[in-house]
Amino acid sequence: MSQHVTHLQQLEAESIHIIREVVAEFGNPVMLYSIGKDSAVMLHLARKAFYPAPPPFPLLHVDTTWKFREMIQFRDRMAAECGFDLIVHVNEEGGDRGVSPFTHGSALYTDVMKTEGLKQALDRYKFDAAFGGARRDEEKSRAKERIFSFRSAHHRWDPKNQRPELWNLYNTRIKPGESIRVFPLSNWTELDIWQYIHLENIPIVPLYYAAVRPVVERDGMLIMVDDDRLELLPDEEVQYKSVRFRTLGCYPLTGAVESEANTLPQIIQEMLLTRTSERQGRLIDHDQAGSMEKKKQEGYF
Amino acid sequence: MAHQSELIEKDILAYLKSQEEKSLLRFITCGSVDDGKSTLIGRLLWDSKMVFEDQLAALEADSKKVGTQGGAIDYALLLDGLQAEREQGITIDVAYRFFSTDKRKFIVADTPGHEQYTRNMVTGASTAQVAVILVDARKGLLTQTRRHSYLTSLVGIRHVVLAINKMDLIGYDEQRFQSILRDYEQFAAPLGFASITAIPISALNGDNIIEKSADTAWYSGPTLMEYLETVQIETENREKPFRLPVQWVNRPHLDFRGFCGTIASGVIRPGDELQVASSGRASRVERIVTMNGDLTEAVAGQAITLTLSDEIDISRGDLLTTPETPPLYTRHPEAHLVWLHDEALQPGQIYLVKTATAVTPGRVTGVQYVVDVNTLEQKQAPTLGLNEIGVASLELDRPVSFDTYRQNRDTGSFILIDRFTNATVAAGMVIAASPSGTGEQAFRPELELNGLQPRIVMLDGAAISGQGVSVVELSQDTGLFEFEMSDSFFEYLGKGNRILFRLRDVAQLEAVARLAYDRELSFEFDRTAEGISILLFKRLISGGGGTSRDEGTGI
Ligand SMILES: Nc1nc2c(ncn2[C@@H]2O[C@H](COP(=O)(O)OP(=O)(O)O)[C@@H](O)[C@H]2O)c(=O)[nH]1
Ligand SMILES: [Mg+2]
Repeated sequence: MSQHVTHLQQLEAESIHIIREVVAEFGNPVMLYSIGKDSAVMLHLARKAFYPAPPPFPLLHVDTTWKFREMIQFRDRMAAECGFDLIVHVNEEGGDRGVSPFTHGSALYTDVMKTEGLKQALDRYKFDAAFGGARRDEEKSRAKERIFSFRSAHHRWDPKNQRPELWNLYNTRIKPGESIRVFPLSNWTELDIWQYIHLENIPIVPLYYAAVRPVVERDGMLIMVDDDRLELLPDEEVQYKSVRFRTLGCYPLTGAVESEANTLPQIIQEMLLTRTSERQGRLIDHDQAGSMEKKKQEGYF
Repeated sequence: MAHQSELIEKDILAYLKSQEEKSLLRFITCGSVDDGKSTLIGRLLWDSKMVFEDQLAALEADSKKVGTQGGAIDYALLLDGLQAEREQGITIDVAYRFFSTDKRKFIVADTPGHEQYTRNMVTGASTAQVAVILVDARKGLLTQTRRHSYLTSLVGIRHVVLAINKMDLIGYDEQRFQSILRDYEQFAAPLGFASITAIPISALNGDNIIEKSADTAWYSGPTLMEYLETVQIETENREKPFRLPVQWVNRPHLDFRGFCGTIASGVIRPGDELQVASSGRASRVERIVTMNGDLTEAVAGQAITLTLSDEIDISRGDLLTTPETPPLYTRHPEAHLVWLHDEALQPGQIYLVKTATAVTPGRVTGVQYVVDVNTLEQKQAPTLGLNEIGVASLELDRPVSFDTYRQNRDTGSFILIDRFTNATVAAGMVIAASPSGTGEQAFRPELELNGLQPRIVMLDGAAISGQGVSVVELSQDTGLFEFEMSDSFFEYLGKGNRILFRLRDVAQLEAVARLAYDRELSFEFDRTAEGISILLFKRLISGGGGTSRDEGTGI
């Protein structure tokens, strides 16, 4: 290693440092696992941080019950292969009330099944630190968030009152009931993530690769018919198209892109040549300007 | 994106290969409000094609709604993320932005220009290698330019770009450019930057940002992007003595004991001798373990796991170093402090001192001087308020391993945390270890043993220290005391001064409590490694911000 430390090596080292710091300083940390590519990288870094030991914390998946089936299969396989304890939490209240993206609109649905569900799980297990895979380049309000992001006992984020974060010295002090959200991938970009997945051979959900899948066109997006809960509207019809996903979430809210890219280099190639950002495929960000910031103040990741 | 589009289309694998060797540069932009920082970064993102079509659509809509360019594209809106600041039209916190070219990935911190936000600038600067300091060509150097330059040098940034902006508004006048540069070089001379590169730009029009401007034919230097892509960032961290702050001890089973941490400086190979800074115990590196296989060498910046050939006692908080150049190991560091919090420094009060290696309770025993950031003059002051910078003496409960900040930004820095509010209240940079004991002038009353009778300790002018907090040192004395306080001493406390008692055992506490009761004073109690310390003071009734201190008062 007589050459310089490359940008990916530097990002990797920074993330590993952050993950270790959390384990050293907190009593009951958890890693939020959303099954997407960012989570895949975060999980990989956690394994590297503690090798040869398994990472000393569980994975938490807040399941909205509307994830792609392939995501769930992948989740269970990865947790088993990597030796993680996996906690799956569903907001039962939301489930009992039949909250779905179709009946309640994306805003309320996300609030109940994701934000509320997450808070419930964090409260139930009394986690004092939770890793999330968010990146600062994803969205403007994220660009200002700290790596160690303080949350009140009510899970609120106060953007005007953040702790200054200097060097790699993180203030991990909290009072009982309070918690910290930790973002080890803060300084990674979408391109960094893909390059790293390529370089390290990290497994990702097959939905990222193009394949012929059943989709319908709805609100200008291609929605995959992942199960029979997706009711077709009168003028809709199922088409079979070669599509893939740039970002993964709840299938009724996640748009596919038409693509033939079925290898990692092809995906990266497509990403580099395309002219829209990855969050465009997510319905929840479109609600209004500042909507993500508002959600985050209320406790959304 | 401004990558080699052709290569991406034709041979993506070759492209990916070429990207693996990219380096990373972190820089900050700073300057006064409205000098054009946000516009400049927006421009860099724009010109390196890091703005996508959907973001562009949002930007166009936002520019019409809240832009400052009469509906034309306002690049600053790409940066000003939080809703509150959109409404006020100002940047209120540090924002991190990312872009990359074929040569480098960049992380840029957009730091605010408001006076009350110095802490954000220090935050952004603490991890940066280069500072881009903006100056409005019409206004020249301002107070803020000076403040930010001083901070830049204080946090150890060695390379400065003086970006003289809004050249379009002064007709690209070379004389004006040269005169600002001359002013700056004169001001910055004592700051000791390794390089100052002045570039005439217009952030709004893109002059000399990526492409050379046709309007500045007289300028022959690099464009801003050329500079950022090529500036040599010190790899000297690798040539410095080896330092590994131990973050975590990895013990999956009895046969494996790995010491994890990020190498702060130097190079390490299996077989190298290492020493624990605190105990002096030595051993040799056996393996450098990673999930991708053992390494034959690891360098500064890498997060590693080491195993050693001997079973020596090492835990989180220890610093592993080369035996040739040991670090400072001291209870009494002297440091630059940048005060980051509304509530001023309370000399004598216990804070938590978080360094690369440990969290240790400690106190500031005295402020030697405060730096006037406009003139760089030093002046006397009893404490430090928000955004003030000074040199202070600290006393820690136990010795900690440090390097000076000049030698090593990672092992020479620390933060102070308020124990009660958990706020990060200060950033510290170690200058030296003060020769033990001379960091304070303690009042050591001479006490004769007098059977079992309590001895009288007189608190008067003799107990008042000229500098910093007054200390009454009784930790070597056994037996009981009684305190008497002169009126002038009482007045001294009434002015907000505090007095620190060091006691040996808890029975001696009663005398302080009685004094506090008689004189209606308040006190804070701490148990320390050596015994007990009590900070006695007069509570100022009307003072705001005093409430949070209540939590820790009394026993
Ligand atoms: N004419 C001109 N205006 C500029 C230039 N750079 C910035 N501005 C304007 O100056 C104002 C303040 O810019 P902004 O980027 O918000 O400054 P900041 O407070 O430093 O972030 C805005 O109206 C910008 O459009 C420039 O190079 N030329
Ligand atoms: Mg701005």
